[in-house]
Amino acid sequence: MRRLILWGVALCLLALAPLFLRSYTLYILSLAGVYVIATLGLNLLTGYAGQLSIGHAGFLAIGAYTSALLVARLGLPFWLSIPLAGLLTGLTGFILLVPALRLTAIYLAIATLGFGAAVAEILPRWTALTGGYQGMKVPKAVLFGLALDSDVKLYYLTLSIVIVMLLLARNIVDSKMGRAFIALRDQERAAQACGISLTRYKAYAFFISAFYTGIAGGLYSFVVGYISPGEFDLAKSLLIFMMMALGGMASLPGSVLGALFLSFLPHWLSGFRGLQQFIYGAALVLVVIFMPYGFWGFVRRWTMPDKLERLPRPLRAVVEFVRG
Amino acid sequence: MLKLEGVSTYYGPIQALKEVTLEVEEGAIVAVLGANGAGKTTLMNTISGLVHPRAGEITFQGRRIDRLPAERIVRLGISLVPEGRQLFPDLTVWENLRMGAFIQRDHRGIKESLERVFAHFPVLRERRGQLAGTLSGGEQQMLAIARGLMARPRLLLLDEPSLGLSPVLVRELFRIIRELNREGTTLLLAEQNAHMALTTAMRGYILETGRLALSGPAAELRANERVRQLYLGVRAGTTPQTLS
Repeated sequence: MRRLILWGVALCLLALAPLFLRSYTLYILSLAGVYVIATLGLNLLTGYAGQLSIGHAGFLAIGAYTSALLVARLGLPFWLSIPLAGLLTGLTGFILLVPALRLTAIYLAIATLGFGAAVAEILPRWTALTGGYQGMKVPKAVLFGLALDSDVKLYYLTLSIVIVMLLLARNIVDSKMGRAFIALRDQERAAQACGISLTRYKAYAFFISAFYTGIAGGLYSFVVGYISPGEFDLAKSLLIFMMMALGGMASLPGSVLGALFLSFLPHWLSGFRGLQQFIYGAALVLVVIFMPYGFWGFVRRWTMPDKLERLPRPLRAVVEFVRG
Repeated sequence: MLKLEGVSTYYGPIQALKEVTLEVEEGAIVAVLGANGAGKTTLMNTISGLVHPRAGEITFQGRRIDRLPAERIVRLGISLVPEGRQLFPDLTVWENLRMGAFIQRDHRGIKESLERVFAHFPVLRERRGQLAGTLSGGEQQMLAIARGLMARPRLLLLDEPSLGLSPVLVRELFRIIRELNREGTTLLLAEQNAHMALTTAMRGYILETGRLALSGPAAELRANERVRQLYLGVRAGTTPQTLS
């Protein structure tokens, strides 16, 4: 009950944000929302099911180009193009299932890296479809006659999709499938001995993860309004990976925090001319050192009953209220 | 019920099981004894489909199972309690038990299995909300067996269940094994604790470097001079009573 109140308050704040935030900040928030969805996707695969991937920019690209092309070339409505992009990207997730059934850990990561690199190479060369290196303009999103042409409208669009994807992720994690992912991650043999099919559940994990990232890609194309192959490189795969790792592996709230943090960090640092890269790197190192289980692990640790005493009073009141 | 004939299992070029022939009759408790590296775990994993034999045949209730994947074999009624417990540490006791009943669809059936398991292991009921990784060693072993039972197996494979347990817990464990057997579960257990295994089991097989060295009724094996020297720690020419 108290948790519901907390969520209600958070939701109200997010819904009212356009009243007191600049248009540019809203744009960054929308972009962060896109990354929240992609990070959720990666976390379901890597955090929960234990399959390392550093090629998720490939899925993001496939989702972005699919939805953009569906609208630009086939004239499909944008609200249909995003789920379709998710489904199609989900199917391409099965490409990675092939190496995943033979490779583990770092070797799988290398295979996924190869996948990301391949997508990044194919996109600019497939000029007829993608427009090559120059990229392509994405048509404006139109929802039942209402053009989503401002940052505020796009913010609300992103917010609603993020909420849906978060609720869906929570249901997956709490379901039999979510437990099967964790079982396969921690004790592959025992999981099989319980009757969990390795092939089938790895396939689910890759499909779901690619589906999420495809949705994120589709949304990305409309939020940014312009896509080009250069954006979906290894750096982007690593960015999504860091969002997951800094937020907290196998944690949904962690994915939100990690994606928000790394989306806003470069903007907070824009004042430090010449030092941005240095501070960015230092911030990452500090987070990893002092929060080894990510932001959410840190929050969890400091809200344990024994640590609660040492928290400042107002913070403590909030935690105790939520705990009930 | 379960028959192995000439089963050979390899890990790459290394042969871990050499033409093992073995039978488990319905309603029996059968023990497989052997030192470290004798192939006990390989045998258990081969039966449950986690590794596949390169030669030989395994039949369960008249049906060939040696080519089936592990998840199919569980559905036929063979459940493995793996060596070293292999619990899911980040899941709660209750969730671990649910994983054991993964193949079951109907909720009433799962509830019944759960009640049955709690009757055998009351401590698990108290700890059902606790993460499996935070249980004590003995509780973890109980949970591992309970998880295996949740699949409602006709044949339960126990791989070194007494490993790392105190003498008191080992006795408790074997009491539960006999109890499960009385309720109709057939058991095949791999053990290093030859003394307890041979007083509980009806039949025993002895593995040495992947090959079957001896087999027979447990009482006969207990009396066998070689078994007594090698597995029961009795020196040649002495009687067990002289051991403290």
